[in-house]
Amino acid sequence: MTVESTAARSTSRRSGTGGKRATKKAASAPGDAGSTTGTTAKTAKRSKPAGSKPAKAAKTAKPTKAAKTAQPARTARSAKPRAAGQGANGSAGPELVQLLTPEGERVEHPDYAIDLSAEELRGLYRDMVLTRRFDSEATSLQRQGELGLWASLLGQEAAQIGSGRALRDDDYVFPTYREHGVAWCRGVDPTKLLGMFRGVNNGGWDPTTNNFHLYTIVIGSQALHATGYAMGVSLDGADSAVIAYFGDGASSQGDVAEAFTFSAVYNAPVVFFCQNNQWAISEPAERQSRVPIYQRAAGFGFPGVRVDGNDVLACLAVTRAAVERARSGQGPMLVEAFTYRMGAHTTSDDPTRYRRDEERAEWEAKDPIARLRAYLEKDGLADDAFFASIDEESEAMGKHVREAIRTMPDPDTMAIFENVYADGHALVDEERAQFAEYLASFADSAESAGEGR
Amino acid sequence: MAAAATSTTSTTPASPDAAASGTPDVRKMPIAKALNESLRSAMENDPKVLVMGEDVGKLGGVFRITDGLQKDFGEQRVIDTPLAESGIVGSAIGLALRGYRPVVEIQFDGFVFPAYDQIVTQLAKMHARALGKIKLPVVIRIPYAGGIGAVEHHSESPEALFAHVAGLKCVSPSNASDAYWMMRQSIESDDPVVFFEPKRRYWDKGEVDVTAIPAPLHAARVAREGGDLTLAAYGPMVKTCLEVANAAQEEGRSLEVIDMRSMSPMDFDTVQKSVEKTGRLVVVHEAPVFLGTGSEIAARITERCFYHLEAPVLRVGGFHAPYPPARLEDEYLPGLDRVLDAVDRALAY
Repeated sequence: MTVESTAARSTSRRSGTGGKRATKKAASAPGDAGSTTGTTAKTAKRSKPAGSKPAKAAKTAKPTKAAKTAQPARTARSAKPRAAGQGANGSAGPELVQLLTPEGERVEHPDYAIDLSAEELRGLYRDMVLTRRFDSEATSLQRQGELGLWASLLGQEAAQIGSGRALRDDDYVFPTYREHGVAWCRGVDPTKLLGMFRGVNNGGWDPTTNNFHLYTIVIGSQALHATGYAMGVSLDGADSAVIAYFGDGASSQGDVAEAFTFSAVYNAPVVFFCQNNQWAISEPAERQSRVPIYQRAAGFGFPGVRVDGNDVLACLAVTRAAVERARSGQGPMLVEAFTYRMGAHTTSDDPTRYRRDEERAEWEAKDPIARLRAYLEKDGLADDAFFASIDEESEAMGKHVREAIRTMPDPDTMAIFENVYADGHALVDEERAQFAEYLASFADSAESAGEGR
Repeated sequence: MAAAATSTTSTTPASPDAAASGTPDVRKMPIAKALNESLRSAMENDPKVLVMGEDVGKLGGVFRITDGLQKDFGEQRVIDTPLAESGIVGSAIGLALRGYRPVVEIQFDGFVFPAYDQIVTQLAKMHARALGKIKLPVVIRIPYAGGIGAVEHHSESPEALFAHVAGLKCVSPSNASDAYWMMRQSIESDDPVVFFEPKRRYWDKGEVDVTAIPAPLHAARVAREGGDLTLAAYGPMVKTCLEVANAAQEEGRSLEVIDMRSMSPMDFDTVQKSVEKTGRLVVVHEAPVFLGTGSEIAARITERCFYHLEAPVLRVGGFHAPYPPARLEDEYLPGLDRVLDAVDRALAY
């Protein structure tokens, strides 16, 4: 288990440029099979012949110390004998796209630039803080018995806010069940997310209101829905993009592989956003893959890139590029956000049984919110009043969520029979009527007893 | 059976309210062609209707059900897919969410299971999960059942596995007219429909009136009237049951044959009405009898017709064994003799 990944190696203080390949290298490959070799090849970046490695497509490039030499960072990876089972995390370092170090220092990347105003930066900070607050409130509410279960996103705020803020309103999101931060970016009322965890519904919102699909619990299924939706976008001639979220565990699912295949052969405008949070309940990412997850894209003929998932700026920049690529007809792209699940899988899980405390501590030092705050403070992009206002807003949100959950009504019993079918179904009608009659029989006896009816 | 094929064994409905919509346009065609014509007319009527599956394009499908559609509607609407059934159904779900009405072909019954998760876990439940805010108008066509001497996995009858799932509707036509109209209705349905096509009857011809007002998609139909016993069947077994009724008639017994047409929902009212008249019911399907659709019919009719029944409801169908190799399928499949045997047993009570 590598876990010492990201930050550590993310030294990348890439001093400038190795040649600013602002190039959208990806620009060339239309996403079909050709891109594997195509993309790669063409990018000069590959200094070494590196044989096999199909350049993980373009954007991968990763600066590293090595990279100081102008070119080719990415090659570092290619040169390795990957076959030997480097594991899902590989040597996470070199290829990791990073724009903000764990210490809050802005660094540049040759392929992914970002230029945000102070206001935008403060906005990202606010998003992450409020998302974390909502999440911790939900965890507390589960402990208090208000929710049956909660899946915390603690630690993954940057991956979700960065990617979520890269989207347009007309884009469409297919989440797992942990994308509370993305939901926030889409404008979904946070309290709506609690319904299924409280047990009052199995989804509970209209996906078309915010172009944010229902949470999907079965692992990886939504990657295909996103792909089909994206095929529809293409058929419509629209320039919207679709983004499918999933995790390191889901990367093993056949549906995810099939989604890669379908999206590639139809050149569908979909971004696969994998949050590799290192753990699928108790199984480490190494149990899911022998190669770094982002490298799988190459085999399907589209680019894959690994981004520091605790760096909101990098997640935003890379997702923007991927979404732009989709919009402009270049097909799918895989983004692997290298992050960490700071909490348990869900409130039912006990991570002390399978992972070390030190590991969590290591990731704590790479906290996504702390690093952005450090940057804002250091560069004078936000003052104390701003931070105080966010704290205040955060408190207010917590209160709102607590009140909302405590007043959330249980569904009507007969809701069991609602919306089973759009056009109705004789059996459902029959059973509904029978059950209503059965329930009414109690009411009758109660009434007759009480009121002498 | 060849001799009788003209009149009494015809599975074609007498004439579904034909006149109602003006000049009838009646054509004789096999079930396969009726399905093809139905898909074609649905695509002409609604640009959102898509056909997708393995080999459905240039080849026209392994049974040629989609023959010529890609040529006329283009590769964007008649989509050859990668060989991945879960991917086919999963992406069809996404297309439906985008506003399309995909008609998906699963090449053979035994190949549907890689897609079973997407069908059962996602497709069937999504409308309810969204509190009714989204609709999933996806049709899953499955050529099913045996009788064509095929290799393993090409002759199965998995309908009960789908009918059991809330959120899905399941139908199976037995004749060309129903093939045409039930396909049109399934495509127009806002619910997911698993459409079971009786592959061994693909080439059976019947009259199709494309101007008729069809019967409701989920209504059963009395295919032949009789007074001594009711046979209930659907899909490929309707023809078998009509042959049984012919044979029984020669022995002086009058059998009523009901074409169930829909396995979810099931039209128990029509069966009930018949059994209240005959007092005896035999249900016939190719699928294994154990926990099959016939079990549900038997249970429901026993509840509804307890005082009318002169005999227990009997079931004739497949055995609790894998579908046998082709050289044994004539023995395995319910045929004239096995159904007549059950009829005799029911009448002996």
